Amino acid sequence: MTGTARRAAPRAARVDPGAEPRDEITAYLSPLRAFAISLTGNTAMADDLVQETIVKAWINIEKFQVGTNMQAWLFTILRNTFYSDRRKHRREVPDPDGVHAAALFELPVHDDKLAFREFQRAFLHLSPEHREVLILIGASGFSTEQTAEMLGVAVGTVKSRTSRARKRLADLMGLATGEPPVGRAPPGAISRPGLTVA
Amino acid sequence: MQQDMAVDPDKSRLTEQIDENLKRVYERLLKEEVPDRFKQLLAQLKEKERRE
Repeated sequence: MTGTARRAAPRAARVDPGAEPRDEITAYLSPLRAFAISLTGNTAMADDLVQETIVKAWINIEKFQVGTNMQAWLFTILRNTFYSDRRKHRREVPDPDGVHAAALFELPVHDDKLAFREFQRAFLHLSPEHREVLILIGASGFSTEQTAEMLGVAVGTVKSRTSRARKRLADLMGLATGEPPVGRAPPGAISRPGLTVA
Repeated sequence: MQQDMAVDPDKSRLTEQIDENLKRVYERLLKEEVPDRFKQLLAQLKEKERRE
């Protein structure tokens, strides 16, 4: 055992020698859709993306190495599809400011606390690249190494991107990320020169 | 080794809070019902394969 330090891999692939890998796709529909909504911020776009991913995975199933993590493989197809579609349709979707972003509010918001809604709002204002690393590493339990492989970048890039994404998120929520506020006196030391200076 | 652990406590607490919220977002998304169209699509693909 590698102990508790190692995070559990998301949905470890069950090795079932008799099973067709294609039949395993069904088990990952829910995480695929969750990841797609995180990337697009929009359920309609997410569903199209999942559909495209399923078809690609089906056609290219022989490229899947049995015994490796199928969720990682499917997520890779999904995010690659997302970014290539995005490049293709850039001119059709002039949405730098995240009109799409509003769509994640389609999510049920019943028992919501304000703080969590604020968090969602901030999350949606991140770039897809930042949302991607945060969801993969912060929420779905992929390791930095797995994420680097899925994104096709170096481990160091994933680490720095994740930390920038967290910082950006904190900034958007108006939270400090650990650095003390620069050039500001501690609260107890505030003088009020304006009141006394003539 | 110890050096790695010496993270700014506020910073790591913030990271923890962020990750907790990220997990909430993700788990909520996981709980959403998956539209039937995906299972139908898989069934269609399988049927097509079987006929070929």
